[in-house]
Amino acid sequence: MERADESLSLRAVQARRRDRVRRLARLARQVPRHLILIAFGILFGFPMLWMLSSSLKPSQALFQYPPQILPWPITFDNYTQLFQYFPVGRFFLNSLIITTLNVTGTLVSCSMAAYSFSRLHWPGRNMVFALTLATIFLPTQVTLVPLYLIFRSFGWVDTWYPLWVPAWFGVAFYIFLLRQFFLSLPTEIEDAAKVDGAGYLRIFLSIELPLMRPALITVALFSFMSTWNDFVTPLIYIHSTDKMPLALGLQFINSTGAYVGQSFWGMLMAGAVCATLPMVILFLFLQRYFVRGIVMTGLKG
Amino acid sequence: MIQASARARRPLSMRQREAIAGILFAGPWLIGLCAFILLPLVQSLWYSFTTYDILHPARFVGLSNYTDLVHDPLAGQAFGNTLYITVIGVPIGILMALGMALLLNQDIRGISLYRTLFYLPSVAPVVASTLLWLWVLNGNYGLINMLLSELNILGPNWFNDPAWAKPSIILIITWGSAGATMIILLAGLKNIPLTFYEAARVDGASRLAQFRHITIPLLSPSLFFVVVVGVINAFQVFTQAYVATQGGPLNSTLFYVYDLFNNAFGYFKMGYASAMGWLLFLVILAITLIQFRVARYWVFYE
Repeated sequence: MERADESLSLRAVQARRRDRVRRLARLARQVPRHLILIAFGILFGFPMLWMLSSSLKPSQALFQYPPQILPWPITFDNYTQLFQYFPVGRFFLNSLIITTLNVTGTLVSCSMAAYSFSRLHWPGRNMVFALTLATIFLPTQVTLVPLYLIFRSFGWVDTWYPLWVPAWFGVAFYIFLLRQFFLSLPTEIEDAAKVDGAGYLRIFLSIELPLMRPALITVALFSFMSTWNDFVTPLIYIHSTDKMPLALGLQFINSTGAYVGQSFWGMLMAGAVCATLPMVILFLFLQRYFVRGIVMTGLKG
Repeated sequence: MIQASARARRPLSMRQREAIAGILFAGPWLIGLCAFILLPLVQSLWYSFTTYDILHPARFVGLSNYTDLVHDPLAGQAFGNTLYITVIGVPIGILMALGMALLLNQDIRGISLYRTLFYLPSVAPVVASTLLWLWVLNGNYGLINMLLSELNILGPNWFNDPAWAKPSIILIITWGSAGATMIILLAGLKNIPLTFYEAARVDGASRLAQFRHITIPLLSPSLFFVVVVGVINAFQVFTQAYVATQGGPLNSTLFYVYDLFNNAFGYFKMGYASAMGWLLFLVILAITLIQFRVARYWVFYE
């Protein structure tokens, strides 16, 4: 009996050793993969770090050779100069206002339209939806000129109206996304409510919208990012410095700021950080909504 | 008389009420569709047949905007520059995203950290990331050239060198968009059932064969999507050039949309710019339709 125990334990030891070797081999195979991933990670992540680090360096250190990765000492001179020479706080506030107006309008108009396309039946509905889909792929440049002329005739040049009013009338892409999401919701609650005599508005507000929360958050997020980062529309319509949103303001600093001399690049990087940081923070906290949104785009597309 | 008022007071049917509700809910979008998309589209077509500089009323000139456009050397160069970005930039971006997605498609530790890192550049405003790369690729003091000089290589003057300006723009674009593309492709990869791979392994198929006969065909819908969207976006490249190079040096980064912008808001040639816009639309439409045609040969839907 002792012999049997001995051989059992020996086999057990050998088996464990084999498992360990196998596990090590698997890990070893993963190493080159991780190395490549780390290399890509550096390629994608490091520039952002460099932007932050450059903004916190004193101006002579920027041109120093060899370049130092981490700024030491950390100086906020670039930021103080930035806010001294340019109304960056104003730019930021402008962006916030425009973006809020835009996102609100987008959510209201697109959820309503998506509800209509998915749950309500009316003559011509499917044709109009097909048309809606088609406009998603329409390049904006083909309507750029007439839209400008239309808004100009309203007297809206150099105002914020062209930047957010159209959003209150729907955005084809988000209507598409929200409609797909609507279609996936169960209809039982809605049917029960209809039997109880609830009107469509009631159903929309009390039943559909709460169920749509994750999709609405995703649309809000993408709409926010798209408006915050938008450059071309403000470029065309906004000319006064005090009305500029951040993206346009940043370019304004780029094109007019060379006179500050040596601290130009540091200041520019500080401005870039100001414009980017809110979006980064938003992203880090709401990652899964971003990812879900992109995945929805790709799978339904 | 009694009959008329009785008809007026008959309540609407369920279907009619639903239809009215439907149109009311879709109302804002219907207005927007007509006012901000369809109407301008038609107006743009009209303007493209006119000469219009805002100060004077539009003057009908027939097809001369289009014929001028075809013979315009600047527009031709602009179109060529845009084509360069599309033909070279889009495949590079997709291949890179595909590579990253394939790497992440295993049970890797820290997959969400990598995903965050790869997508992070996409959330930055294009202006900010362009300025960042302007700084990193600065001829004298930029990080890249400093690192290259460590290796005793003289780095080119990136954005100021006609030969390197467009590749630099491609770098900015790829850096900013590969993350999103990767997420789409990764989702597509994750949709491929593992049973296919297991069966192939049982049959003795090599990794390469598995890739060619399982991964690519089953990923083809996602690949098709990113190609179509990538091409459409590449044709509209503008902001990076406006911020970094202003179309130079020597017009090497004057892209088609930039030329359109100059014509519309620089020279106020609204008619000509409208023609440019319509030409762009038709070209993108044609290319997209061709892609859909070709898709029959390589895209597989379940």
